[in-house]
Amino acid sequence: MLGLGARRWEDDMTRLLGFLYHQEVLDEQFMQLQQLQDASSPNFVMEVISIYFRESEKLLKNLRALLADRECADYSKIGVHLNHLMGSSSSIGARRVRAVCAALRAASEHCNWAGCLRSLALLEHEYCYLKNKLHELFQVP
Amino acid sequence: MGRDEESGDQFPIGMRVLAVDDDLTCLKVLESLLLRCQYHVTTTNEAETALNMLRENRDKFDLVISDVHMPRIDGFKLLELVGLEMDLPVIMLSGNGETKAVMKGITHGACDYLLKPVRIEELRNIWQHVVRRKRFDQKNRKNIDNDVDDHEKTQRASIEGMQGGGTSGTSDCSGKVNRKRKEQNDEDDDDGEENDNECEDPSTQKKPRVVWSAELHRKFVAAVNQLGIDKAVPKRILDLMNVEKLTRENVASHLQKYRLYLKRLSAVASQQANMAAALGGRDPSFLHMRSFDGYGNFLGLNPFQTSGVSSIPNSNLLGLPGFSPGMVQISRNQNNSSNSMNDLSKFQQIAFPSNQHGSLLQGIPTSLEFDQMQQKQKLRNESNNHLPGVYSGAPSNSFISTTNSSLFMQDHQQQPQQNRGSGSHSLDNLPDLSRLNETWQTVSSLSGYIDNTASSNVGGNVTSTIMQMNNSTMDIPTDNGLLTGRDSLIGRQTLMPSFGIDDDPRYLNFRNSGSLKQKLEDPKQHSALEPLTPFNSSLNSSMPNQTVQTLLNTVADRQRLHNMTNQATINSTSLTRHKTDKSVINSHIVYNEGNTSVAPKMQGGFGSNACNLDELMNAMTKTERDEIGFADGEMGSDFFSLSTCM
Repeated sequence: MLGLGARRWEDDMTRLLGFLYHQEVLDEQFMQLQQLQDASSPNFVMEVISIYFRESEKLLKNLRALLADRECADYSKIGVHLNHLMGSSSSIGARRVRAVCAALRAASEHCNWAGCLRSLALLEHEYCYLKNKLHELFQVP
Repeated sequence: MGRDEESGDQFPIGMRVLAVDDDLTCLKVLESLLLRCQYHVTTTNEAETALNMLRENRDKFDLVISDVHMPRIDGFKLLELVGLEMDLPVIMLSGNGETKAVMKGITHGACDYLLKPVRIEELRNIWQHVVRRKRFDQKNRKNIDNDVDDHEKTQRASIEGMQGGGTSGTSDCSGKVNRKRKEQNDEDDDDGEENDNECEDPSTQKKPRVVWSAELHRKFVAAVNQLGIDKAVPKRILDLMNVEKLTRENVASHLQKYRLYLKRLSAVASQQANMAAALGGRDPSFLHMRSFDGYGNFLGLNPFQTSGVSSIPNSNLLGLPGFSPGMVQISRNQNNSSNSMNDLSKFQQIAFPSNQHGSLLQGIPTSLEFDQMQQKQKLRNESNNHLPGVYSGAPSNSFISTTNSSLFMQDHQQQPQQNRGSGSHSLDNLPDLSRLNETWQTVSSLSGYIDNTASSNVGGNVTSTIMQMNNSTMDIPTDNGLLTGRDSLIGRQTLMPSFGIDDDPRYLNFRNSGSLKQKLEDPKQHSALEPLTPFNSSLNSSMPNQTVQTLLNTVADRQRLHNMTNQATINSTSLTRHKTDKSVINSHIVYNEGNTSVAPKMQGGFGSNACNLDELMNAMTKTERDEIGFADGEMGSDFFSLSTCM
């Protein structure tokens, strides 16, 4: 019984993971993370993505704050945060998030406030989606 | 150190890495990857902490990996400090892979530059930087402070001699080694700092490592400045610094590093200046180009401005092998021309021919464009961007092709690879042109445009050349096959309804303008060419090849255009034929080039060029007789190929 349930769950997870790869929500880098998880670090992936979520929440909050006011939008700071977010997203293989970050970066480089807001909205959406899916996968609190 | 035995045996296993990154996610992943590579990893997310760790005991680490973008301390700064003080190999890490950033990293002394996300394969190889540095270190140490061997004394003497011989001596030998190392790693530290843990060097007697702390380095720099960088000799620096337990060797090696560091700084500065210049030179043209509608394809096309633009192989031009080469040749930005070719339909492109024509012909003293050239030069200066337009326009329009041919000629001039002897090249282009599936509308629009530009010196001259050629057919003695060819060309032109209808009036215009122009240019032309005024002026015997090219192109183009409507299969057939005919044409051309005696036969303006043209026309005519579309296609391709070679 337990075994069956566990296997079904595993199957579901595998399916979900496959789905995420297919949708390019995740890419090869995430696979590498999975490979790094072994006996010596059994919860490696979970730890990494926990750190990622924690950091990213902060960054997203900062970004939202920086873009709150059209006049005072500090695009260079936005760029700095974005670099950070892009780096960490790419490190865990969050491909779509990273792609939207690139779009947001482009908008910020052009000091396009409206564009930035749009991209930020999209970024937040992608991020939430990723987070939900990964939570599902890893039961990350 | 215990490390010696373990790491020495199993290196790179156990290599001690210090990882610095303010991004905790990346740091965690990096740590895990490094552990997977069986390195010994220490991580910190603060550069300050990292520096302290390193300063505390430089020997604790073999390698430093650091992120570039960190909030409190710039990654590059850290890189420099580590390199200068501790002489450890530093690898930069960044999410930004732009060339500029990477360049900056390398010039600051990074021995490698990795992009995020980091892959484990890349990390598996980083140990090479450690080994490399150590090996150079060994060499340097052997050269400079090798006082451990039996040759100790002699070496010391030699080393001292080297060092005492002046900084130049020191820099010469160990400097070179240092330079090599520097290219790969951070600044080298030749003094006793480096431990030969992995080296086979039997220098058991290691000097106590000198840590060049900030304070020490400050003293060093002060001493160097006081002495003057050129006169700074290790001994004197040592005396000035007045630090105990510091040997001259330490100072010497540090001095070398310092010198290289300074050199790198100045190199960076000049490099940046160069880059700025290069990029700057390019940018305006790019911007300029973009400003034109439909010029989008010409992005990056700045034949004249960017010296760095390399001629693009013909293959770049899409679908226009024959034509493209020539076009490409003309302007360095041949790639663009291929793009432009695609956009032939864009009317704006037509504008270019005239401009380009001028600019292209710059170097060509010949052709009727002599004063045109001057004008063109102006045009060129004004609008280099137009160049691409020429290319685009040329294929579809005989006039344009004339321009192109001029361009080609110019190109020939500019480019050493003249295939004068081998006329085959010139023909190569023709077929391609014929292959161009230019819509007649395009052609006519182009023709129309050219017509409009006829009034301008550039355009006019170009077209006038063509017209001249047409006209000259009448004048040319019938024994000249070329004439016949021309006649046939003309005839062909009229045959082409879509083209002819639109073009005839233009032709007339061109004729008019052309003749005027011709006269203007006559004085500038070689006298030998006089009889046929139009051609004479256009063809300058001094530029046989180019002129011929122009003419050939013109003629070829025209023929080709005519044939295009007539024969759908011109492209393929003409190409093949063209090939066979090349030799004929080649021989003609070769013959013509050096042979002024041919001039009399020439229709006049061409002189030696004319000869070539005539010969070419003859050849073309012959082929025409055989198969109508043959010559055109052949010639066209030849022309183009010729120009390509140029």
